[in-house]
Amino acid sequence: MNRIIDTIEKEQFKTDVPQFKVGDGVRVHTRVVEGDKERIQIFAGIVIGRKGRGLNETFTVRRISYGEGVERVFPTHSPRIAKVEVEKEGRARRAKLNYLRNRKGKEATAVRE
Amino acid sequence: MSIGLLGQKIGMTSVYDANGKLRPVTVIAAGDNVLVSRINADANGYSAIKVGFDVQKESRLNGANLGEFKKAGVEPKKFVREFRLTNDLPEGEVNLSVTQFQPGDFVDVIGRSKGKGFQGVMKKHNFHGQGAAHGSKTHRRNGAIGNRSTPGRIWKNMGMPGHLGDERVTVQNLQVVQVREGEKVILISGAIPGANGSYVVVRPAIKKRAEAGK
Repeated sequence: MNRIIDTIEKEQFKTDVPQFKVGDGVRVHTRVVEGDKERIQIFAGIVIGRKGRGLNETFTVRRISYGEGVERVFPTHSPRIAKVEVEKEGRARRAKLNYLRNRKGKEATAVRE
Repeated sequence: MSIGLLGQKIGMTSVYDANGKLRPVTVIAAGDNVLVSRINADANGYSAIKVGFDVQKESRLNGANLGEFKKAGVEPKKFVREFRLTNDLPEGEVNLSVTQFQPGDFVDVIGRSKGKGFQGVMKKHNFHGQGAAHGSKTHRRNGAIGNRSTPGRIWKNMGMPGHLGDERVTVQNLQVVQVREGEKVILISGAIPGANGSYVVVRPAIKKRAEAGK
């Protein structure tokens, strides 16, 4: 890639890239702007996949909210993500946990492989 | 007032803005724009500034062009364009670096689009084509092109197959996202015509300028 584009992208990388793996139970702290106030909103769930390289890297978090599965995709280097806490380490044997989408009840909330 | 820039398209990337939103940007390298000559209204009927960009071998120029560079006391340049001015010619030093634009300014970008060769009407004019199934034997053709004895001819500008791309294209009202003085690079929101490495002209947006004057 071009040297200039490389430096532009590198500048935007987070110095403290959150450390987590696919299968981990995480709490994602996102900055939400309401009017002129900013607050932190937490989205808790399981990381079911990571995708992309460099600045375009994203991860998907899945949770069951009021009985309905909800997935959110976060860009890893987005300044709107304050931090990612690992709540529970999971052991996943594959890179994408899309099979969790077909699971119901308690089975869908954690990885046990 | 900003005059305009000549530059080279480097490529695209994305940049997070102050609100944490990811914006797609095109990187334009616009280093070392030099003033080749001033064209004044008295002698030429209009006023403009002639700007050059990128190194050219002396042996590739004819005497007349070379003479112009010699007179200005600058190195020969490959890409030379005029910027028309509505007001009087500026005296003395003219800022032709990337700093003449600030983040938030609106610009027009002029480039040469990628050549696509001889293309059919579906790609060139967004025609729908014909059905793929039910025994249809035509798929990507233009279909009917006119009526009967009235008007008895084909309307002008009827979409037909032909050469697509490799033409001058202007994209208006793009916003400057970042100006990087050290690298002589300007980041413009959105896509611009042409392949990476092709020459582009960046000028202040003419439509936005008219609005500001109102």
